[in-house]
Amino acid sequence: MPVLRIPTPLRSYTSGQSEVQVGGSNISEALADLTTQYPPIKPHLFNDSGELRPFVNLFIGENNIKDLQGVHTPIKDGDRLVLIPSIAGG
Amino acid sequence: MMPELSRDEILRYSRHLLIPEVGLDGQRKLKGSSALIIGTGGLGSPVSLYLAAAGIGRIGLVDYDVVDSSNLQRQVIHGTSTIGKLKVESARAKLLDLNPDIQVDVYNEPYTSENALRIAKDYDIILDGTDNFPTRYLTNDVAVFLGKPNVYASIYRFDGQVSVFYAKEGPCYRCLFPEPPPPGLVPSCAEGGVLGVLPGTIGTLQATEALKVLLGIGEPLIGKLLLYNALDMTFDFVKLKKNPKCRVCGPNADIKELIDYEEFCGVPSHDHEEGSAGANWDITVQELAERVKTNHLKLLDVREPHELQISAIPNAKNIPLGQLAARLSELDSADEMVIFCKSGSRSARGLELLASAGFKKVKNLKGGINAWAREVDKNLPIY
Repeated sequence: MPVLRIPTPLRSYTSGQSEVQVGGSNISEALADLTTQYPPIKPHLFNDSGELRPFVNLFIGENNIKDLQGVHTPIKDGDRLVLIPSIAGG
Repeated sequence: MMPELSRDEILRYSRHLLIPEVGLDGQRKLKGSSALIIGTGGLGSPVSLYLAAAGIGRIGLVDYDVVDSSNLQRQVIHGTSTIGKLKVESARAKLLDLNPDIQVDVYNEPYTSENALRIAKDYDIILDGTDNFPTRYLTNDVAVFLGKPNVYASIYRFDGQVSVFYAKEGPCYRCLFPEPPPPGLVPSCAEGGVLGVLPGTIGTLQATEALKVLLGIGEPLIGKLLLYNALDMTFDFVKLKKNPKCRVCGPNADIKELIDYEEFCGVPSHDHEEGSAGANWDITVQELAERVKTNHLKLLDVREPHELQISAIPNAKNIPLGQLAARLSELDSADEMVIFCKSGSRSARGLELLASAGFKKVKNLKGGINAWAREVDKNLPIY
């Protein structure tokens, strides 16, 4: 299964897990699986109409899904998905 | 014309002069260059120390804060002896002690849409070490409009990010983050904390990138974002592309001048304490101290459980903010309630949540338990 890396600010919503295995054949299904496993993370990733929030950046390997096929981008076993948070500390 | 190095400077920079990628010409280039550092805090400390040590001829420091004891866990350019002094002055003294051959110009003022272009225009490179979203968007837009590289770094708890946003050659900050997260969704370091050494790791990477860009050597992080996690000790790199829809650097950019960044982000341009829910919703610690003598008030503490070990108000119920929505059934909307956190910001968001759920008799403790510790129960520590 693909592995999704969870950044520190969101780990409180994944029971502290830094990586979560997600099922599905594309990003949309993988995120649905993530929010099924960890419902509290949902409002942090999706807006009220169920769309991915614009400040949420999700990468497959090195590539932003926005530069691929968005949430329809296919994924396969062994893919490494990285959620990139907007952080501002300095 | 690159400035010459004095005999003393040749000795001082001898370890640089021995590296072929720097050498005498590179060191002269550094002496002739200038860097503006926004923020003299966690990131600004290592960044300015190493850039000064490296011999950047002119360093500008922008900050309007004063040194506080709670800064010293990570802001290593300051010291116990400079608590209460202006950060820019504390930093300037340290930098000139480290390297008296450089010029340090200080701007003891908030970096705003009114002064940012004036301050930044004469510098070769800008380093973003601020602690809040409005100033990050401002720093980006200034760099785009002036055509300068913006060496970006940002930290939270154990996570760090580094990139070089240079719209002439690659994406800008807005290409990656077109808009900020909604207010309150991403905690600041003042709320969520940060490992003290993290800005050391990330700030030195930021300084490294600045030196590479100024020297024109290596492969700067243009079009790449470095993601660091100290707990896992992982460095991930991702590719960043220019966003064709970018509102400041895209072909159809519609933002042509600096805007009101606090309005754009919905938060103030500082990472300070003293959250407020608005005058009608706030209660001061003095009022609360009076009220608890006569009234039966419920107290709701929305801090994280580990914060209760630091300080607590007796008989307060603890529901961490992140769990509040799911645990509303534990509260009675008929009760008069005062909600509090460390400094009043998280509780203000908790109050919004309660108000939207029909709780009408809730007040937010202005300044939080820290204000309570300062004004009422002086045995409690402030953190």
